Amino acid sequence: MIQPFIRVDGPAAALPEENVDTDIIYPARFLLITARLGLGPYAFHDRRFRADGTEVAEFVLNRPEWREAPILVAGANFGSGSSREQAVWALLGRGIRCVIAPSFGEIFQANCYRNGVLPITLPPAQVAALSAAAAAAHPFAVDLEAGTVTVAGRPPIPFSVDLERRLALLNGWDETATLLNAYGADIGTFEERHRRHQPWLFEGENDA
Amino acid sequence: MPQTLYEKLWNSHVVADLPGGEALLYIDRHLVHEVSSPQAFASLRDGGRRLRRSGTHLAVADHAVPTRTRGGIIDDPLARAQVAELEDNARSFDVPYRPLDGELQGIVHVIGPEQGYTLPGMTLVCGDSHTTTHGAFGALAFGIGASECGTVMAAQCLKQRRARTMRVELLGQADPLVTAKDIALAVIARVGALGASGHAVEYAGPAVEAMSMAARMTLCNMTIEAGGRVGLVAPDDVTFAYLKDRPLAPKGALWDQAVAYWRGLRSDPGAVFDQVVTLDVSGLAPHVSWGTSPDEAAPITARIPDPATLGADSARRHAEKALAYMDLQPGTALTDIPIQRVFIGSCTNGRIEDLRAAAAVARGRQVAPGVRAIVVPGSTATKHLAEAEGLDAVFMAAGFEWRHAGCSLCVAMNDDRLAAGERCASTSNRNFEGRQGPGGRTHLMSPAMAAAAAVTGRLTDVRDLMAPGEMTR
Repeated sequence: MIQPFIRVDGPAAALPEENVDTDIIYPARFLLITARLGLGPYAFHDRRFRADGTEVAEFVLNRPEWREAPILVAGANFGSGSSREQAVWALLGRGIRCVIAPSFGEIFQANCYRNGVLPITLPPAQVAALSAAAAAAHPFAVDLEAGTVTVAGRPPIPFSVDLERRLALLNGWDETATLLNAYGADIGTFEERHRRHQPWLFEGENDA
Repeated sequence: MPQTLYEKLWNSHVVADLPGGEALLYIDRHLVHEVSSPQAFASLRDGGRRLRRSGTHLAVADHAVPTRTRGGIIDDPLARAQVAELEDNARSFDVPYRPLDGELQGIVHVIGPEQGYTLPGMTLVCGDSHTTTHGAFGALAFGIGASECGTVMAAQCLKQRRARTMRVELLGQADPLVTAKDIALAVIARVGALGASGHAVEYAGPAVEAMSMAARMTLCNMTIEAGGRVGLVAPDDVTFAYLKDRPLAPKGALWDQAVAYWRGLRSDPGAVFDQVVTLDVSGLAPHVSWGTSPDEAAPITARIPDPATLGADSARRHAEKALAYMDLQPGTALTDIPIQRVFIGSCTNGRIEDLRAAAAVARGRQVAPGVRAIVVPGSTATKHLAEAEGLDAVFMAAGFEWRHAGCSLCVAMNDDRLAAGERCASTSNRNFEGRQGPGGRTHLMSPAMAAAAAVTGRLTDVRDLMAPGEMTR
């Protein structure tokens, strides 16, 4: 169900703004929708559209060069605020598979990994240079196997991803299944020990 | 080796260390609400899985629910369907559920503590970033995404990376009209919206020890607004007095055993934190936010800053954009900013102590002409307690609307929203663009400050309205 992330090529949309929170990425009123799929139209909705429903032509994702961009080059603290995973599902719904930023909201970052979206953290100066290249419509290539971001005609920029996260992304693994398979017995063993240490946490629970 | 409180909580829940430096962490409790759970339950269905320990979860509807009426059919068909889906899922998967019309309904982060579901020493998660609130009890509590909710349901575990630690030492004694909310805004303004990113924050010091549980919850709740996913206060006699005899708290010999264990949940002398921030709260003024990020906050006695003076380019650009969105000019005195809406409530400030503080300001005064003010208790039990104390009558006599419990105007996904251009004095936690409605403008503050704004029609230093000692009823 999760699309593996191996390599993504294409234009990158530059959004060089700090603290783009998940309310901006996915406005709260659309949280009433309970589906995971089909949320692309709501991504950055209130930046993309005026109150009267007309498009804001100058917003980067409305410009013809970046409408289909699979990569976003963002500012610091991207995806801060609310834990809503809809922010990631909406980006994915627009075909965005990779976000490059100096830092991320932690829950947003974790949500990316769970959905086959690659969050890349790079130093601010490198992100600024990539942002300028993105704004100049240079093609990007993000290669997870090689661990590099490449702007056409320039030397590749290496990035690092946690070992397990990398494997999960490359293979499109579902984390719940992976955990249950690998650690099912350990969880049971821990539970017995935990019950002895803090028995009140197991009191009155009808989990038999 | 001396350990911090966070390290003790972490170490007592590690099931396995994973290659790559993460750990598999055992999760004791999971609060479930209507927005982040449908997809998690769907993942269980898709995978043919059941809940590992269904009795450890607790489900309630709070985000989408209307607060004007209770007991009938929800008008908005999407909200109605979302609440119905939660009820169905709770029934199908045997998860304890607090019905919308019942006494035990309320905002997840208010009812957990209220019912003794939240306890020191446990790990607690919820598909909601303000899960930081529960750290006030010395629980390791953090917000997660919907996919992670599905993992907790099936495996009672999560893959996590251990956080760095930050100690926020609060010294001195705050003015009675200066609250945990003001202190939280001051801390966030100091460290920045990213300042606690990657860190578990432990609040300590005499000003924290003097705080009620409600105040500690407000403080921990706002930790995420500094980027920190975990806020903590070491449990003490204030904590134990709050929890004793709560419905889900342990009883009898088990209570004594638990308290003995909980007394060990504090950072050891000499424990090393990665960062330490010290703030003397003596003489601190009430704080309000002026921008669209929670760190864009200042003492009420200040003026809107000139972005040009803000140093870092990124902060300047953010402030310029924020002031344009907020329709504010540099140099304007904060107390000269008129407001049209007031919201008192939320998981940050919807507890009985918050309502009492706001009512003390509202008593004998009137909501200013042209201002619409609502008071939304954080839980149905809180609502009924406030009514028993006569607070509803105080608010209604002053011209405030008295509502049923829910998230309400904290998040623009129910009936309560700002219209574009409306400016709101709000006790909630986020002043983000559009958070209270597309084009709405939010100023964060304490309940007493919001009540003061309601009666004057502008941002107001509550100390100018109230004599010292008037806060005690």
